[in-house]
Amino acid sequence: MRFFRRSKTFDHGIYPIEHKELTADKPIRRMPFAPELVIPLSQHKGKPAEPLVRVGQEVVRGEPIARADGFVSVPMHAPATGVVRAIGLAPSAEGPKVQAIYLKVYHAASQQVLYDMERDPERMAPDEIIAAVQESGLVGLGGGAFPSHVKMKPPAGRVIETLLVNGCECEPYLTCDHRIMLEHTDALIRGIRMALRATGAKRAIIGVEDNKLDAVAHLRARIPRHLPITAEAVRTKYPQGAEKMLIKSLLGLEVPAGGLTSDVGVAVFNVGTLAQIGDLLPKSRGLIERVVTVSGPAVANPGNFMVPIGTPLRFLLEQVGLRGEPGEVILGGPMMGMAVSSLDVPVTKAVSGVVALEPENPDLARRKVHPCIKCGECLNACPISLNPSMLGELALAREYGIMAEQFHLDQCFECGCCAYVCPSNIPLTQYFRIAKSLNRDKG
Amino acid sequence: MATILTAVGFMAALGLILASMLVVANKRLYVYEDPRIDQVEDLLPKANCGACGTAGCRPFAEMLVNGEVEPGKCTANSKSMNQIIADFLGVDVGGGEQRVARLACAGGGNVAYVRATYSGIPSCRAAALVSGGGRGCSWGCLGFGDCEQVCDFGAIYMNPQGIPVVIEDKCTACGDCVTVCPKDLFSLHLASHRLWVACKNLEFGDQAEHHCEVACTACGRCAQDSPEGLIRIEDNLAIIDYAKNDIASKVAIERCPTGAILWLQQDGTVVKGRDARKVVRKGALPVA
Repeated sequence: MRFFRRSKTFDHGIYPIEHKELTADKPIRRMPFAPELVIPLSQHKGKPAEPLVRVGQEVVRGEPIARADGFVSVPMHAPATGVVRAIGLAPSAEGPKVQAIYLKVYHAASQQVLYDMERDPERMAPDEIIAAVQESGLVGLGGGAFPSHVKMKPPAGRVIETLLVNGCECEPYLTCDHRIMLEHTDALIRGIRMALRATGAKRAIIGVEDNKLDAVAHLRARIPRHLPITAEAVRTKYPQGAEKMLIKSLLGLEVPAGGLTSDVGVAVFNVGTLAQIGDLLPKSRGLIERVVTVSGPAVANPGNFMVPIGTPLRFLLEQVGLRGEPGEVILGGPMMGMAVSSLDVPVTKAVSGVVALEPENPDLARRKVHPCIKCGECLNACPISLNPSMLGELALAREYGIMAEQFHLDQCFECGCCAYVCPSNIPLTQYFRIAKSLNRDKG
Repeated sequence: MATILTAVGFMAALGLILASMLVVANKRLYVYEDPRIDQVEDLLPKANCGACGTAGCRPFAEMLVNGEVEPGKCTANSKSMNQIIADFLGVDVGGGEQRVARLACAGGGNVAYVRATYSGIPSCRAAALVSGGGRGCSWGCLGFGDCEQVCDFGAIYMNPQGIPVVIEDKCTACGDCVTVCPKDLFSLHLASHRLWVACKNLEFGDQAEHHCEVACTACGRCAQDSPEGLIRIEDNLAIIDYAKNDIASKVAIERCPTGAILWLQQDGTVVKGRDARKVVRKGALPVA
């Protein structure tokens, strides 16, 4: 019978090798504090935070060190007890150097979070919950890093009916959401209840890929019967965890091009985000650490770790041990993650995984790019039904304007499916990124 | 015979009717176009570069004939050709001084460290999107030559160290390189602006020098040496106030320890100060 009841899914997409077995059964362990933490003031989409501390000031773990500058911004909290050594430029994963707070950690300190206050979220009004979420500095922990409280407040005239909880984790190697669903189940359910009240949604659906059926079973057993929360398995397929794909899979709704998820009455939150909400809000704490999967063929002891925000990658990789010099270190998953050019880049709120790959086989590295043979594989892979083949040809001709105007380039969310399946090895996604970047600059 | 005559007569009549319709249409729907527009267009370079601010040479020719712009606004044309246009139209050539594109970076492969190797599409734009491209200095030139490719006039070439060089005589200040550079290193300047800071690094002192041997370390010597207010240090970078360009002199560059502030000569050569570190290395620095 199982054969006929396939898990829900969306059209197109790809099936990359998962590599999740490396860390799927590794419980979350605590990462020690690095000697110095680097906390960028802009770890989220929106305006950077404004520092509240001065150089030389001592801070206690959990203390606010930067405040939100406007509604689409979030504060930062001290990830450790220590002293502010400097406020200056630090390398970022994106490339340009950004303002950051350098925090020298006191290793003899007890590292207790003293900045907290018990409160009962059940008695808080929806607006109070939204304000509290902003105060906690919460952003989408799946990798988007969009401030969570902004998503809880839909634009005027829109009503959120369904809350989707994203536990897909479709990127290869990553298992942090899987472990959160297994180990922080109660915090997750508490977070979902708060998000339901804050958004006014009537029901919540947890979408989990069917390679994590243990998590689905565990969640179903733990969700109290009277709550409008269900856990559903969706097919293991990339990019199932993209907001619009998950909405399509679970609800059959399509978000209009250029629209928001609230246009179809849905808000999507990552399980990690909601687990943190459930954890932090009752104690009025701020986000100071997150679960990160450290994995990949170049890592000696891969695992899932609770990492203080601001831990430099160099320290993180030292702790897990490396098999020789890694060829490439990627923040996030290998499909959509960002390769970093410096190991001094810190773990930020958006980093769900650190994947260290071995140096590429030189023959592979120079895989020859052949002309497009119009096989149409990329059209079958594109989850939002664009025409990557045509877009690629236009990119070669530098017709970036036509790409945007006639072929909906702006809808592309750079999932990488087209480049993954291309038998001619055409780096399509990279072409699209060039085109989008140039179009942005030309304005 | 009669059939042939009918056919010929019919065709002749048809031809006459259609011809008279064309004559009427030609007279009644005639659009007068100044013949000078075609002539002026012939005198323009036909590069359609857009530097004048119009879509191409034809609209510019129309504006010239209508007296809306001065011929000197066309920077792609040679001075003598613009004079010919001005004489033809009986107007002043105008346009002022030539502007050229200037690159605010001197960090070629022999002086700027590469911290990570980028392997992908060989384009600055693509590399800049992958964690900044791997150069230690996140502000610096990546050296893949997007500007060289985009320049329609062949005014930019890449030197052996991977730094674009602008040939001032060929540069028309069309601004294509300004748009294409992902690090925003190009800007358009009057050719008389000879004092130039070839760096955009916002770090201070050793931090800046750690990534590049010719970086501006914000030591402030140029600001101290030059007359009041010509140079100021802002965000750890020397900024030249070109409104005071008249008082700019080589004094400012003399004590620069890295040679980040330069004097660009008319013939395209670059003069560094006497205290500037002499870099004799020709090959690329190792990746580290």
